[in-house]
Amino acid sequence: MDTEITLRVDGADHRLTVDTRTTVLDALRERLGNTSPKKGCDHGQCGACTVLLDGQRANSCLALAVAHDGAEIVTAAGLATDGELHPMQRSFITHDAFQCGYCTPGQIVSAVAMLQEAAAGWPSAVTFHPADGTDGGADAGPVDLAADPDEIRERMSGNLCRCAAYANMVPAIQEVARS
Amino acid sequence: MSAVTPRAMGQALDRLEGADKVRGLAPYAFEHPVPHPAYLSAVRSTVATGEIVGIDCSQASAQPGVLAVLTHLNAPRLGTDDGELRILQSGDVAFRGQFVGGVIAETSEIARHAAGLVRVEYRERPHDVDLESSRERGQLRVPQQTMALFPMDIDKGDVDSALASAAVQVDCTYRTAWYNHNPLEPHTTIARWTSDGLTLHVSTQHPRGVQTTVATAFRLEPDQVRVFSPHVGGAFGSKGPRHSDVILAVMAAQLVPDRPVRFALTRHEMFTQTGYRTPTIQRVRLGADTDGRLTAVSHESIEQTSRLKEFAEHATRATPTVYATPHLRTRQQLAALDLPTPVIMRAPGECPGMYALESAMDELAIACGLDPVELRLRNEPDTHPLDGLPFSSRNLSACLREGARRFGWESRDPTPRARRRDGWLVGTGMAATTYPTLRLPGSKVTIRVTPDGRHTVLMAAVDIGTGTRTALTQVAADALRVDLAQVELRLGDTAYPPAAPEGGSAGITSWGATICEGADELRRRLAADHGGTVPAEGLEVTVDMPENPHLKQYAMHAFGAQFAEVRVREETGEIRVPRQLGVYAVGRVVNPKTARSQLIGGMTMGLSMALHEASLLDPRYGHVVNHDLATYHVSSNADVGTVEAYWIEEDDPYVNPMGTKGIGEIGIVGAAAAIANAVHHATGVRIRELPITLDKLLPYA
Ligand code: FES
Ligand code: FES
Repeated sequence: MDTEITLRVDGADHRLTVDTRTTVLDALRERLGNTSPKKGCDHGQCGACTVLLDGQRANSCLALAVAHDGAEIVTAAGLATDGELHPMQRSFITHDAFQCGYCTPGQIVSAVAMLQEAAAGWPSAVTFHPADGTDGGADAGPVDLAADPDEIRERMSGNLCRCAAYANMVPAIQEVARS
Repeated sequence: MSAVTPRAMGQALDRLEGADKVRGLAPYAFEHPVPHPAYLSAVRSTVATGEIVGIDCSQASAQPGVLAVLTHLNAPRLGTDDGELRILQSGDVAFRGQFVGGVIAETSEIARHAAGLVRVEYRERPHDVDLESSRERGQLRVPQQTMALFPMDIDKGDVDSALASAAVQVDCTYRTAWYNHNPLEPHTTIARWTSDGLTLHVSTQHPRGVQTTVATAFRLEPDQVRVFSPHVGGAFGSKGPRHSDVILAVMAAQLVPDRPVRFALTRHEMFTQTGYRTPTIQRVRLGADTDGRLTAVSHESIEQTSRLKEFAEHATRATPTVYATPHLRTRQQLAALDLPTPVIMRAPGECPGMYALESAMDELAIACGLDPVELRLRNEPDTHPLDGLPFSSRNLSACLREGARRFGWESRDPTPRARRRDGWLVGTGMAATTYPTLRLPGSKVTIRVTPDGRHTVLMAAVDIGTGTRTALTQVAADALRVDLAQVELRLGDTAYPPAAPEGGSAGITSWGATICEGADELRRRLAADHGGTVPAEGLEVTVDMPENPHLKQYAMHAFGAQFAEVRVREETGEIRVPRQLGVYAVGRVVNPKTARSQLIGGMTMGLSMALHEASLLDPRYGHVVNHDLATYHVSSNADVGTVEAYWIEEDDPYVNPMGTKGIGEIGIVGAAAAIANAVHHATGVRIRELPITLDKLLPYA
């Protein structure tokens, strides 16, 4: 069954017809021709399709387009504004935090969102201390990513990189977290 | 062969395509904008072996939006005898998951749904998919040679007597798992037939190979097939040889002439359609004197192939090169099973083989009461142990010493299970690594120069994420003796001269040497015909890859040493690797930035091999049950600690005009052994089967 929806993608409004089975990822890639988010698994297992969906990172292969009528989506292409790369994008380039580049748009969107999550004090498995039951949550204030590479490793583990550029991604993200 | 003076080479440049890739704007095969595409979804066999006795496409065909259904009944007859590629030529099924049809539709959703509506009835035959039981039943055969460098079976001296009389003996059997490449970009194709021929966008390591394979299979002339492959999202070998997905896409496109057909394998399909690294069972026997000098080495490997096509991973290939020994034997045997065909995967041969050999060397060091680094230093050969050729350069000793120094190895207490920190058992391990400096035939290049001094370099090579586009531009600038800005390198299109495949860590050697030859020829022509000035209409030369006169005079190999620290949680067996360190001797490093990424990427993939990855076969049905990225675990960010890669200065005038040895594969070789040896040092437990998972350690907790 086909349905008409609107999506705001990287600042531009689109009206499009989708199959009710169409994912946000396929709506972007196969309907709108925005192939910035990648398809690595289509199962929510690799993170290559990560976009900002209404401000938060999401695996767009797990979201049905019809369920997100009117949503605001930002892809890695949209993080660069007025031809200027986002600081995270520049940092990935200078640290060579990718090889084939297929996971990269997802990694970068994820990293940008992750910085906001940490600033908002969201906990992670690293922040959580089972011994005293505290989770370093909102009360604990912002998480200092620059100081703790394990926080970055943990929070970025939803994005696989088969080329294994992890050891370069961590300092790339740390540098942006510091600034 | 004249050496090229480095100016651009040696600079740590950012990747040329970086700004496109970080925005997701570099197009991978599936993503090329094409007019009015159709989508293909495959139908795959649900039995391991048998024959199709009925196929009902009526429901699928009746779906609105379905354009055509492809089965063996309407597929074209192929002009290839490659068993893996000959899909849909009869109702025979050779493995579970083999393509038996496909649906072409207006959208990917319709195609996928309709593919599930094709009803196939089979007459099943009993299948045999179990390597261990084939071995027990003695159903093994000696493979044909498939990875020429050394013969698969080597006999030097009298191994049996030397082993029997050795003062110290090691006799151990090691097992490696079935590994799938799983490049993050699946294998994808866009195929379009027009009256002029066929246009393909393919994710491949070898555009020319796709062109000739498809031309042969579909009875075309190669120049009727144009293949584009500008960006490739990882490959690791799976996108080297051709697989049946390209064939299926081309067949499908034939049914909808003029329409581009897009086909992306699902992640599930990636576990059956694109090859894999065979599991191995390797017996290593070492004999040594009490000083740790090897007197005999015997290395035997048992692997699997399919019944469709033979592929033998030459797991013993590194063994003749690494250590001096008067007596040496290698053996290789294969079981042909009702399974998909294995294929090359990052450092085929060296990767599983050096896991076994370097684990055995660790066991020998302990048996001799020697430090593992010292044991390796004592067994350095002066010339190649098999053929006596001098090495073009060999700096394994320097790598071992430098690695030990950087890692802080000297203070290591060899006693196993002797260090505890916060509930973790801590250990360190090391291994040597090596990879041959290969060159692959089949490259040509065209170089054009215009009076403004701009050079265009054209060849159908590819950058699969290795950094080729950047490094090869650096090579070209130095070969042409101009600034980087004056060189434009164009890759990934069969309209350019053919290039050897990306593989065997041979890209820079094969393609770079060809470019150097082209630059020499351009200078010769400019001087001879134009008085050294570029004519107004420009000048163009096309050359083949030159011979290397030193090939028969020297043994050419890269070397290195890998170190790892491992922590094992005493009560749970959880294993962490906080640190990996490698020092390599790989000739000239063209681009230190991208080279380092190649090396740490290989080391991390070695960590993944050691601890995480295994495709698990269900022998009842003949398929990999954990065929997705949730249950086939590849290392994630949180699994990886500090990964350091260094190299020593190495000047090798014999390998090629650049002095490079190749870096894409050596990082994975030995990484798993270093980690396995560290696990033993931490726990006192020797696990001889990869991956090392906590359930294997728990019984010894
Ligand atoms: S494609 Fe969405 S998580 Fe892999
Ligand atoms: S750069 Fe290739 S998968 Fe991450």
